[in-house]
Amino acid sequence: MALLEIRDLHVGVENRGIIRGVHLNVNAGELHAIMGPNGSGKSTLSHVIAGKPGYEITGGQVLFRGENLLRMEPNERAAKGVFLAFQYPVDIPGVTTTNFLRAALNAQRKARGQQEFSTPEFLKRVREVAGSLNIPQDMLKRGVNVGFSGGEKKRNEILQMALFEPSLCLLDEIDSGLDIDALRTVASGINALRSPERAMIVITHYRRLLDHIVPDIVHVMSRGRIRKSGGKELALELEACGYAQFEDAA
Amino acid sequence: MPNLKTRPDGLRESPMKQVLAKADAERATGDVFAAARGRLPGVGLVAQIRARAFDVYKRAGLPHRRMEDWKYTDLRALIGEVLPLAPRPDAEALVRAKVSAKQVAADQAVKLVLVNGIFAPELSDIGRVENGVVVRSLREVLEDSATGAMAGLVLSTTSDSAISLNAAMATDGLVITVNDGNAVKRPIQIVHVATGSSVSTYTRSYLQLGKEAHAAIVESFVPAEGASGYQANDAMIALVGDEASLSYIRVAAAASDAVNISSAIIAVGARAKLDLFSMTCSGSISRYQGFITLTGEGTKLSANGVNLVRDKLHADTTIVVDHAVPHCTSREKFRAVIDDCGRSVFQGRIVVRPAARKTDATLTSRALLLSDQAEADNKPELEILADDVVCSHGATSGALDDTLLFYLRARGLSEKDAQMLLIKAFIGEAIEGITSENLRDFVTVETERWLQARR
Repeated sequence: MALLEIRDLHVGVENRGIIRGVHLNVNAGELHAIMGPNGSGKSTLSHVIAGKPGYEITGGQVLFRGENLLRMEPNERAAKGVFLAFQYPVDIPGVTTTNFLRAALNAQRKARGQQEFSTPEFLKRVREVAGSLNIPQDMLKRGVNVGFSGGEKKRNEILQMALFEPSLCLLDEIDSGLDIDALRTVASGINALRSPERAMIVITHYRRLLDHIVPDIVHVMSRGRIRKSGGKELALELEACGYAQFEDAA
Repeated sequence: MPNLKTRPDGLRESPMKQVLAKADAERATGDVFAAARGRLPGVGLVAQIRARAFDVYKRAGLPHRRMEDWKYTDLRALIGEVLPLAPRPDAEALVRAKVSAKQVAADQAVKLVLVNGIFAPELSDIGRVENGVVVRSLREVLEDSATGAMAGLVLSTTSDSAISLNAAMATDGLVITVNDGNAVKRPIQIVHVATGSSVSTYTRSYLQLGKEAHAAIVESFVPAEGASGYQANDAMIALVGDEASLSYIRVAAAASDAVNISSAIIAVGARAKLDLFSMTCSGSISRYQGFITLTGEGTKLSANGVNLVRDKLHADTTIVVDHAVPHCTSREKFRAVIDDCGRSVFQGRIVVRPAARKTDATLTSRALLLSDQAEADNKPELEILADDVVCSHGATSGALDDTLLFYLRARGLSEKDAQMLLIKAFIGEAIEGITSENLRDFVTVETERWLQARR
């Protein structure tokens, strides 16, 4: 059984079809890249998997370890091991990063019937993980993403991913707004989290990210459907020919 | 000391006060005063001051919507009548009051308890009052002919009719003096407990903080079990000396069918520091009005507040900051959280007098609406009469941000927990200005109590 199975998914917003029949199987240990032009529906796909409200699911199924994901609240999905790294991580003034991380991690553990971490246990873990991602301690004391640079915000997303240890990571344009050095740091953080038990879906416009995070499978999405799937060489082909050929096929 | 007789003048006269016909119920107020007169402490000059104050009240009547300062809290419509004066608390009332006073006691604080408007020494920590601090009851001060000269100061009024009514009717309160240079270690907590039903109480306290003195005052309003439908009217007159530092925290939680009208008139001297924080977390009709005049140069004021409103309750916080002299800084942060059909009012006026150049004043007011029927009225005002000043104000109202909620839920927090976290963070912006960690926790506990009761 695939870790994630999407069958003929149709999604709309205000009666406008955004995803129009997506099929996708993702197995544990695999890293999939979804590429496509603006408005192709690739970010929407990640939002729908994570449970963002405001979308109408007009058809199809999304199964996670065989369970119907679409019926679960976003927090239930998180507790089951679904993680979405946001393209635009939000600022939450008044909530320190440490308090936020502890509340989130313990909520997930509680939902899974695991014991919540004590404060010292939690702090030890978060320090270890932050250290491995070169995240300074003072960043943890600040409000969530408040005053963080683009690179710091994305590193904070990877920090959460490392801390929560999800089985399915959805990385929505994790490369946007990053300079080349920040991109390298984020990519190495992601690579360090690749494991045979974990699947990742990387959503991006540009091949650049895929030089650092090498995918097993590349999908090209356009106008709400996956138009072509292939190996990592498909990304190179896209760079040479652009997305136009797939637009025509629509 | 700053001189209070230079009247804190943020208040406006009502142009309409003679014109309006008074309701029958209000006419009966005259009887309330006449009936209570024999029980009100002070003779001679004090009695004259009371009679004059009552005249001021009688001319204007209960504050109503045609008075600009009371536009959103029309007591004439909301209350209608002034209830008869509460009787002295009996032994049974004191027992009930003791339980409530204990529940709201701040850690380490020296507690001074007023029950139904009467000082209750048996419930108070009089023996723990520190050296350099003098605490007397208002009754004692007003009845002592040697201190009679203080009466004018203690019973001072403004054109505000609620304050005038308070001066006329005040039965008791606390008169606290902190000597020059004295740093008071423990917070002094004034606890107002209401035990009665369908009665009114009038308390008035006076604080004089000497030059270079430091103190923290906490004021709590709480009902005893079984208290209902009462009307509490309190006033605090405070003088903060030069280079003194005062932290003044107020938390008002009246019974859900009761009225609380509280006024503070504060004059602050030079190079002093005043941190004011006021929170209203229940009461059918609550109004807190603070009039702060900065009378000495180089003073720093922080005046923050929170209204937590649910059901059909109404909470009004009105703050007037009067920059009378140059080189003062004022910061105001107000937050309201409104659920169900609640209504929160915030009025914040900053007055910069012609002499007050180099004033630096900012005010932000934000309201969080948790239901479609919730209402927030925000009225920030700047009256700048001087050049070379930096002043700003901003006000916003809105619901919880869906993007923030989704972010938190995608990280594993339930919808309710995500909301709680965001509401706490929102309120926290006003609370974080309280410098003492101990008192910050005291306020936070009250906010959590309110949040936990959320359905």
